Amino acid sequence: MTILADSRLRRRWAISGAFRWLCRGITMFGVLMLGVLIYQVAEAGLPWLDWQFITSLPSRFPEKAGVKPAIWGTVWLVALTALISVPVGIAAALYLEEYAHKGRISTFIEVNISNLAGVPSVVYGILGLAVFVRWFALGHSVLAGALTMSLLILPVVITSSREAVRAVPDSLRHAALALGSTRWQMIRYHVIPAALPGILTGVILSLSRAIGETAPLILVGAAVYIGFTPDSPMSEFAVLPLQVYEWSGRPQSEFRELAAAGILVLLVVLVVMNASAVYLRHRFQKGRS
Amino acid sequence: MTSSASNKLKCGLQRQRGREWRESAIRSGLLMCALVSVLTTAAIIGVLAFESSTFFREVPVTEFLFGTRWAPLLEPRSFGVLPLLCGTLLVVAGAGLIALPMGLGSAIYLSEFASSRMRTLLKPVLEVLAGIPTVVYGYFALTFITPLLQDVFPSTEVYNAASGAIVVGIMVLPMVTSLCDDALRAVPDSMRTAGYALGATQFEVTTRVLTPAALSGILAAFVLALSRAVGETMAVTLASGSTPNLTLNPLEQIQTMTSFIVSISKGDTPAGTIEYQSLFAVGALLFVITLAMNVASNRIMRRFKESYE
Repeated sequence: MTILADSRLRRRWAISGAFRWLCRGITMFGVLMLGVLIYQVAEAGLPWLDWQFITSLPSRFPEKAGVKPAIWGTVWLVALTALISVPVGIAAALYLEEYAHKGRISTFIEVNISNLAGVPSVVYGILGLAVFVRWFALGHSVLAGALTMSLLILPVVITSSREAVRAVPDSLRHAALALGSTRWQMIRYHVIPAALPGILTGVILSLSRAIGETAPLILVGAAVYIGFTPDSPMSEFAVLPLQVYEWSGRPQSEFRELAAAGILVLLVVLVVMNASAVYLRHRFQKGRS
Repeated sequence: MTSSASNKLKCGLQRQRGREWRESAIRSGLLMCALVSVLTTAAIIGVLAFESSTFFREVPVTEFLFGTRWAPLLEPRSFGVLPLLCGTLLVVAGAGLIALPMGLGSAIYLSEFASSRMRTLLKPVLEVLAGIPTVVYGYFALTFITPLLQDVFPSTEVYNAASGAIVVGIMVLPMVTSLCDDALRAVPDSMRTAGYALGATQFEVTTRVLTPAALSGILAAFVLALSRAVGETMAVTLASGSTPNLTLNPLEQIQTMTSFIVSISKGDTPAGTIEYQSLFAVGALLFVITLAMNVASNRIMRRFKESYE
């Protein structure tokens, strides 16, 4: 009887141990994939990544090709997207957190935002194509792209800004109101400054999403092959991920390596942005304790 | 009351009124911004409905939904969406087979087995994986996964459904992991300790106590991940090709709904033509499918919240 119980117990322990190792192995597989991915890209792209690559126009000859228009296009696109989506997003977050009563309208808006966050990015592209490119007649311009991108990242900006605003302690609000400030004065001089680092973190993260998005821009008509850098919101533009897409799709191995080099540039930009978001979050947490 | 005092009072009242006016103006301004999201939803639905209604005036809905041949550019034209749906299904099923069990496994590891140091190491890795642009995953599929598949199965085509499915699986993995991790960690500790106190092993506690307790959260994560896979565009376009194909063979070239949308909009299709309108019809179908999945996921999630409050 004891021997039987003993062997059953041992079996159960063995199963448990194996399961533990299985889960660990699966997790490590994910980490491994990230490693393989970065290694693959770096191995193919690093030899091509030099100053000439960053400052040249795209070309039919791989050794002369570069990403200058794509980099500037990305900069224009992100700057305009930030100009549009950040004020609107923060304002929406302030309304929902500071003004809206728990009622039908605010629930409706909230459900709306959470559903919008799940809409595939191509669908935003279709929206941009129909509304901004055709209806507003903005053509294949940076502005049309930025407006589309703004709608795409707005749910994320609103959600993260709301979290930052919610984290501001109520005592600050009560103190400001008790001293006779109006609601807006309280928000303007106390809530916004206190929530700013959190808001900025969210904004940076959502903008880094805009940098990596490709599909909506294809629909809006971002150019794949372009010989100039944008000089106004109405100029045509190329962006980095689209350039990568175009090069990856070509059969010649040189162009695939160029794509890898383009990915490296893209990843560097994203790492810098994420690092600054982490830094802000860190300072924010230190400042509050 | 002297006249100067009444003047002061008037002044004060005026300032007060100005302030009130400003306050309500600001309030309505902020409300406008909040309503942009509602407007966006309305615009999406409006555009899709309007443009696809012109499409459905020429192509009957039943032919669109049940037709087995998709050839919007070749004569004779045919607008049966099933090949595109089938392509999407192949990719989503493959991605789900990879991402769902693996995501749950790593979530169990992260929430139950990993030391807190390991957690702080692994969480950023997941965030990085989730932040990589989708076009990079497409590159990865073309240059790494497809050659690997071709080594194992020599009949693999350069563009194939399997490669897209695998890479989309890897792509949604971090999302499944972190959502399942949240769900598992939301299970009260008393349930764990009760399990261990009864002599259960870690395996028994996780599979018979924690997973059932967190089931609705886990299911919600699964549905959300699958809906992401349905809407995924760039990786699939690069990896799986652009030939509509009614097949269940994952080694063949296919076209998903999303990659059709991309390919038709790349090739300067003039507005107003039927192939241009078909873009909106496919977009509407895509929107309806993902919306239904997201709503389902939210429903499941809400049930999960109720059970612990």
